[in-house]
Amino acid sequence: MKAKIHITPKKAVLDPQGKAVQNALAQLGHGNITAVHVGKYLELELAPGAERDATLVSLHEACRRFLTNPVIEDYQLSVE
Amino acid sequence: MQFAVLQFPASNCDQDCVHAVQVLGHSARLHWHKSQSLAGADAVIVPGGFSYGDYLRCGAIARFSPIMQAVAEFAAQGGPVLGICNGFQILCEAGLLPGALVRNRSLQFRCEMVHLKTVRHDTRFTSEVPPGQLIRLPIAHGEGCFYASPEELAQLNVRGQVLWQYCGAGGETTDTFNPNGSVENIAGVMNERGNVAGLMPHPDRAMESILGSTDGRWVLESLVKSLQRN
Repeated sequence: MKAKIHITPKKAVLDPQGKAVQNALAQLGHGNITAVHVGKYLELELAPGAERDATLVSLHEACRRFLTNPVIEDYQLSVE
Repeated sequence: MQFAVLQFPASNCDQDCVHAVQVLGHSARLHWHKSQSLAGADAVIVPGGFSYGDYLRCGAIARFSPIMQAVAEFAAQGGPVLGICNGFQILCEAGLLPGALVRNRSLQFRCEMVHLKTVRHDTRFTSEVPPGQLIRLPIAHGEGCFYASPEELAQLNVRGQVLWQYCGAGGETTDTFNPNGSVENIAGVMNERGNVAGLMPHPDRAMESILGSTDGRWVLESLVKSLQRN
């Protein structure tokens, strides 16, 4: 089982990296993109037999406390 | 006075901070991040650097080091804590200071002298800054853009938690003189209780005239004065 976590900057936070990537894309001919948000993707490999619901609860806690900074980031977590 | 200067893997201003304290005639001891005690120190400095290689987020891993538990307890008892640059980032990540530091708006690592306006002079970190006088300090950071949500920012202003703002040589706190995109040009803040502060510029690198500025002394002298008053 794997946990997949997508972390993105909150919309209200300045994202100069996304803007720079968007500008570069435009230079490469991809001018029809209105915004780019650069985030992070974490893949966690879970020990065999991990209980899904309990894993979700503990990983949400890890996301809030450590893996993301709720002041500046949002995240999506899935276990599959 | 006895200062504790924390030392994380990849801290690189730890020795500068020890020296800065010694320049003022006080003593400082380095505390490795795995230590669980501040050994009776009167004040704590969390120095600059790139703790844990800035992995995940700046300061995100360092904040869970054993020594940070001791710092949190020290701060809860009212002990003064000053975070400089990466130290500021660590204190924000630890929730000891409000807001967060994100990538500079320019995407550049900015390494230059800046002017700072001191917003309040009645704090443990600013009392010795002469009123009306700007501070000149060096900055050296890639992720020093201070962010707080509009609601939190309003609270910071109401509670008087903003200590320093980037400005021009004439004191203008305009966008032109904002080196990293910080909201309202904020360079440093303190907690509500007034015993924990952080700033991105380096007072520790502006303690002697050979370094181009001695204005950093005002910040550390303020801290020393506050300890002597207690």
